Amino acid sequence: MTQAEIKLCSLLLQEHFGEIVEKIGVHLIRTGSQPLRVIAHDTGTSLDQVKKALCVLIHHNLVLYRVHKRSVVEYEAQCSRVLRMLRYPRYIYTTKTLYSDTGELIVEELLLNGKMTMSAVVKKVADRLTETMEDGKTMDYAEVSNAFVRLADTHFLQRCPLAPATGSSDPGPPPPAPTLVINEKDMYLVPKLSLIGKGKRRRSSDEDASGEPKAKKTKYTDNKEPIPDDGIYWQVNLDRFHQHFRDQAIVSAVANRMDQTSSEIVRTMLRMSEITTPSSAPFTQPLSSNEIFRSLPVGYNISKQVLDQYLTLLADDPLEFIGKSGDSGGGMYVINLHKALASLATATLESVIQERFGSRCARIFRLVLQKKHLEQKQVEDFAMIPAKEAKDMLYKMLSENFISLQEIPKTPDHAPSRTFYLYTVNVLSAARMLLHRCYKSIANLIERRQFETKENKRLLEKSQRVEAIIASMQATGAEEVQLQEIEEMITAPERQQLETLKRNVNKLDASEIQVDETVFLLESYIESTMKRQ
Amino acid sequence: MAANKGRGRAAYTFNIEAVGFSRGEKLPDVVLKPPPLFPDTDYKPVPLKTGEDEDYMLALKQELRETVKRMPYFIETPAEKQDDIERYSKRYMKVYKEEWIPDWRRLPREMMPRKKCKKADPKSKTAKAADRGPSLANSADVLKKIEELEKRGDGEKSDEENEEKEGSQKKTKDGDDDGDDDDDAEQEEYDEEEQEEENDYINSYFEDGDDFGADSDDNMDEATY
Repeated sequence: MTQAEIKLCSLLLQEHFGEIVEKIGVHLIRTGSQPLRVIAHDTGTSLDQVKKALCVLIHHNLVLYRVHKRSVVEYEAQCSRVLRMLRYPRYIYTTKTLYSDTGELIVEELLLNGKMTMSAVVKKVADRLTETMEDGKTMDYAEVSNAFVRLADTHFLQRCPLAPATGSSDPGPPPPAPTLVINEKDMYLVPKLSLIGKGKRRRSSDEDASGEPKAKKTKYTDNKEPIPDDGIYWQVNLDRFHQHFRDQAIVSAVANRMDQTSSEIVRTMLRMSEITTPSSAPFTQPLSSNEIFRSLPVGYNISKQVLDQYLTLLADDPLEFIGKSGDSGGGMYVINLHKALASLATATLESVIQERFGSRCARIFRLVLQKKHLEQKQVEDFAMIPAKEAKDMLYKMLSENFISLQEIPKTPDHAPSRTFYLYTVNVLSAARMLLHRCYKSIANLIERRQFETKENKRLLEKSQRVEAIIASMQATGAEEVQLQEIEEMITAPERQQLETLKRNVNKLDASEIQVDETVFLLESYIESTMKRQ
Repeated sequence: MAANKGRGRAAYTFNIEAVGFSRGEKLPDVVLKPPPLFPDTDYKPVPLKTGEDEDYMLALKQELRETVKRMPYFIETPAEKQDDIERYSKRYMKVYKEEWIPDWRRLPREMMPRKKCKKADPKSKTAKAADRGPSLANSADVLKKIEELEKRGDGEKSDEENEEKEGSQKKTKDGDDDGDDDDDAEQEEYDEEEQEEENDYINSYFEDGDDFGADSDDNMDEATY
């Protein structure tokens, strides 16, 4: 873990779970796996608080535990999982676009709570939806559980590893920690539940306590019936989301490079191989052009001939997103996922160079990238940039680690005069460096946002107070004049200051989300490259 | 190369012209300070992406940030909880956190709060200590109660009553009482788990008894006035 990553983890943990959890979490990230007492001792935190913090972290899948020798349980933080907290808004928004509001709330609840049972999720989401609906309307449990099943069927949700049932017949003392087992077969199997009922409004159920809602409430919550899916917890399958993000990125890249129709063909191919191809595979399963033709979305009027032309065109493209793997079935095509990710990562690097150092640097960078190894003199010549400027640019990129230098000595003494100096781009290490910078900038963005809010703490509190008072006055039916009077408690300059703050915070927040997009691309590329090696 | 050495010229092991400096040109100064914290950039950053999805995600992010603070998983430091000034508006902004009981089956056994009762003890002790202060101050009340106490001769019961009455008189004590009640509720919840444990529960029970004895001793002292 680099310092930048640890810093970012610390900020994220603090924002999500408070300072105590942050202290424990960061300690674990720094030191690796540790037993309970050592954590408490090293962080100088009371055992009770350490336990609470660990419970929270384990519940949110941020810490794993393992039983070691002599029954010592060690806890290990999942740094990369902590960093995923940045992407929560994107996960939730993606579900909204795919599965509308119900899906959105299901994923939101699961992300906020770490893991939940299906019945709990359905109940909570139905209640929340009912609260936003008009009076008299309610959300049916069945509808929510249908959405849940759809999400599980498409692998966006998955079961958490199961804790073994504690049989009383077990001889000997119980183990210090349960061993969680995952059954691959049941990963996405939704338990058969008969969830009947409707969402309830918090307010209305209090008002007509004697009415129907009350009766239902007793039926579902107060009655201590054994919950049918007790112990079966669900979590959000982040990998599946990443696969979706990757597919979206590939589709939009194809759309930018060629046209809408070709992107639609690629989208169809990706959708067909969604379930059949594991998310980490470098290629999709081969698909014949006939199959692709049949699977094209209805209403997309292109003839088989046009499709074949498009496929040939895509396969001939130098970016090699699509490859031809055979001629049977009218031509077999695969999507080269690794190559696609590599192209996207390289494009990201190029655009970073362009925005940071200008287009002439970007020209040199692309040149070195294309020719693999170049001597300084060759760079100057090929780029057609005056020698002095070219050198300056080259050295600038070298010092920022975008370009690397390879020495090839002619003699064993490595004398500089008898050595070739070849400039080259190591995409993997450049991507790593850029990723590290992204983490650093997100951490900086968060710190700046916290600073801005802290600076204006008093003003923010005041405006919150005023808003609260106005809301309560409105509820009691105050006059317009009175409300205006209270509103004027915030002066014009204060209002202006608040607006500036809001604009700044919005900008910082939006930047965080968008830098994370780059983080996703780079991480996927690095991960995919590491798997190939 | 060899001719460059000595004679005032910086000695480099390589041909300096190769890196772009002509003969006799002044080399740049050695930099001895760290680069500036906010350096001037040659190129200004491009504006952020805007659009409906970006706006929605921004709203989601800010909403999530507020929501997580209200989740039971957000553990506040004790210092944050107590505010020196009690603000009127606090009542409007109060956050209600749901209880969260982890599924102990999924957690290592050492995670269970064994010492819950012990932890609750010092709190109640201080609460009682705080009670005693004011009760000594208005001694008239105390004397009345002591008389009652003597009549009944049942130390334990009257002691409880003593507390109850004061609770109704002293508004400030309400907070403490609430806290105690919460603790009791928590204890009850945890009891189930603790009965599975070894005799931790019994230990703390005895300690509780000790405390009680100490308290009644104090009361005896008062009675001798």
